[in-house]
Amino acid sequence: MGQTLIMTGTQAAALAARLSRVQVIAAYPITPQSKIPEVLSEYVESGQLKAELVRVESEHSAMTVCISASMVGARVFTATAANGLAYMHEQLHWAAGARLPIVMPVTNRGLGAPWTILNDMQDTIAQRDTGWMQFYCMNNQEVLDQTILGYKIAEQLLIPVMICFDGFRLSHTVMPVETLTEKEVDGFLPPYKTPYKIDPQNPVNMNPVVLTDPIPDPHGELCPSYMGFRHRLQETFENAWPTIQAATREFTQLTGRSYEDCLYRYQADDAEMLFVTMGSLSSEATEAVDALRAGGTRAGVIGLRVFRPFPAATLAQAVSRAKILLVVEKAISYGYEGALNTELKAALFHENGNRPAIFNTIVGLGGKDVKPKDLEQIARESAQEASKGTVQTHPRWFGYGI
Amino acid sequence: MSTAILDLPEKEYIMPGTRTCAGCGLPIAYRFMLKALGPNTIMTHPACCLTILHGMYPKTPVGINAVNNTFASTAASAAGLAAGFKATGQDFTVLAMAGDGGTFDMGIQALSGAAERETDFIYVCYDNEAYMNTGVQRSSATPAGAMTTTTSVVPKEQSKKDFIQIMEAHHPAYLATTCSSYPGDVYNKFAKARNIKGTRFIHLAIPCPTGWGFHTRDTVKIGRLAVESAIIVLYEVEKGEVRLTGKSLSMAKSGRRKPVDEYLNMQGRFRKMTSAQVEEFQKQTDKHWEELLRRAGF
Repeated sequence: MGQTLIMTGTQAAALAARLSRVQVIAAYPITPQSKIPEVLSEYVESGQLKAELVRVESEHSAMTVCISASMVGARVFTATAANGLAYMHEQLHWAAGARLPIVMPVTNRGLGAPWTILNDMQDTIAQRDTGWMQFYCMNNQEVLDQTILGYKIAEQLLIPVMICFDGFRLSHTVMPVETLTEKEVDGFLPPYKTPYKIDPQNPVNMNPVVLTDPIPDPHGELCPSYMGFRHRLQETFENAWPTIQAATREFTQLTGRSYEDCLYRYQADDAEMLFVTMGSLSSEATEAVDALRAGGTRAGVIGLRVFRPFPAATLAQAVSRAKILLVVEKAISYGYEGALNTELKAALFHENGNRPAIFNTIVGLGGKDVKPKDLEQIARESAQEASKGTVQTHPRWFGYGI
Repeated sequence: MSTAILDLPEKEYIMPGTRTCAGCGLPIAYRFMLKALGPNTIMTHPACCLTILHGMYPKTPVGINAVNNTFASTAASAAGLAAGFKATGQDFTVLAMAGDGGTFDMGIQALSGAAERETDFIYVCYDNEAYMNTGVQRSSATPAGAMTTTTSVVPKEQSKKDFIQIMEAHHPAYLATTCSSYPGDVYNKFAKARNIKGTRFIHLAIPCPTGWGFHTRDTVKIGRLAVESAIIVLYEVEKGEVRLTGKSLSMAKSGRRKPVDEYLNMQGRFRKMTSAQVEEFQKQTDKHWEELLRRAGF
């Protein structure tokens, strides 16, 4: 077991990259991610990490460097946030379509316009449909652990992973983090072996134009259509849970820290009212729950660690006994509601048909502080509405002033 | 360095039956490029005419490894390949190829970045002077006076971007221009580039019968006319020194040069050019040629 160190989320992400022995790093700075490439530069320049560091001229190129280097068999790393992630958007689709096990921490930050450098989750939620797995971290320990786990899972499924953690709230906040030794991580995460080695004797054309119907290759073997390739990606997502759980179980044996449950649960078993949320809001909500319980309300927290693949059945089961669900989100699908709210409702419809009172609250956009007191207020006011039988027609925006 | 035609490698890397348009200049040049670079080459390219040449899944007529990438990312893709190979102890010649749209326009950021970082790769801009793959739309490489499908009523009013100067300002380890109508010149320059470390930029002029409006039998002739009129000049630059090559060198020595008229008159795209535009085209061509003669010590 490694030492317990006090570190920021960005330091935890960089340390995880070093422990994972990444071979190619594409680095481009953006607040609040910038410390990650800075620390990695130090690691590489001081010889603590043997990697090719490509100081690219943009995020679009950062993801491209990762794509190409991964394609020829290197374990690759980059990190970004907000507009940087949006600038990568085209390449995110490419990385997933090309089935490359790229791991990328994202320090969640609001998108312009107008400008903000502060935290919300609009950046990663907006990339939901790019074909990446998305893991959300509650604290800096999870940033370290999920990044290492990310490689383990991505390299088996051949699906890239975003490790999402709140900008400033985690990226710039120091917390104790129990580290792992290099030897421990080496045992957990063997060197990446690409299934397709580049061979001059057997040249191939990678990711060319693919037609709408399967056609035979020169040996007569039928090859997939475009939809066939895309279906394979969806199929891998649908069957991903055993791989994710096996990786987390092995990680638990190594560290004692368990992520086998894709949900973080706090006081959830007997709760009549549940916060359903993601990221550092999940830890924040535990304080509100303590206060609510002290006042006699059986409240609890369900925090999603994994947003893609979406844990529909597990989530529907986890909230099945609660009467009131408080879906608190730092992102919105404009013209409707928070994405988590939509997906939670769809999960209930699909899994058990339960119809608890659901209140979607949008909070914390552009770094607006969300205090446990605010969450308590949201809980109390939502409970009042529920008692009146109010059915929410559109999400409540909390704390924006004017 | 030059290679006699009988001494060229016999190995072919492009099989018959590519999907390029009839009369396309690209496969002529690409055939000799690959002979010079050999099998240990990996080529990365965006969606462009070369994508068509490389064919549709699951078949390809090209006998080297190829990577497809997005339009803005060609040079960054090459940087990723170079870094990935280095990190994993593999040895390949990394070749990036994009058209003028993917280079002069959308690819400029990634190319500038990769060149500034002295990435170890060969970048080829094959220039057919418009977005040919999407149906002949204007690019910043389209010359003034040319009609395209987005300058069909009023031919393009602005001059071609002097992209080679932009690349020269990056001080690449090797910079060269060549044209598909001179396969020997193409071969020699790629054979030379292959053995140089660092960023190597090659501008490859490619006549396009589909987009330029000439008969498919005239592809080689049009390219030769471009060089004989000094609209395209064959040269290379190392450490700031310009050296004319092939036909351009013999033209410099003999002082013989054709006016631009014959080149322009053979192409439908220039049919709306006014005499003032033709005069300006000749003036710009003269200026460019004289500047290169001066730099090459003539």
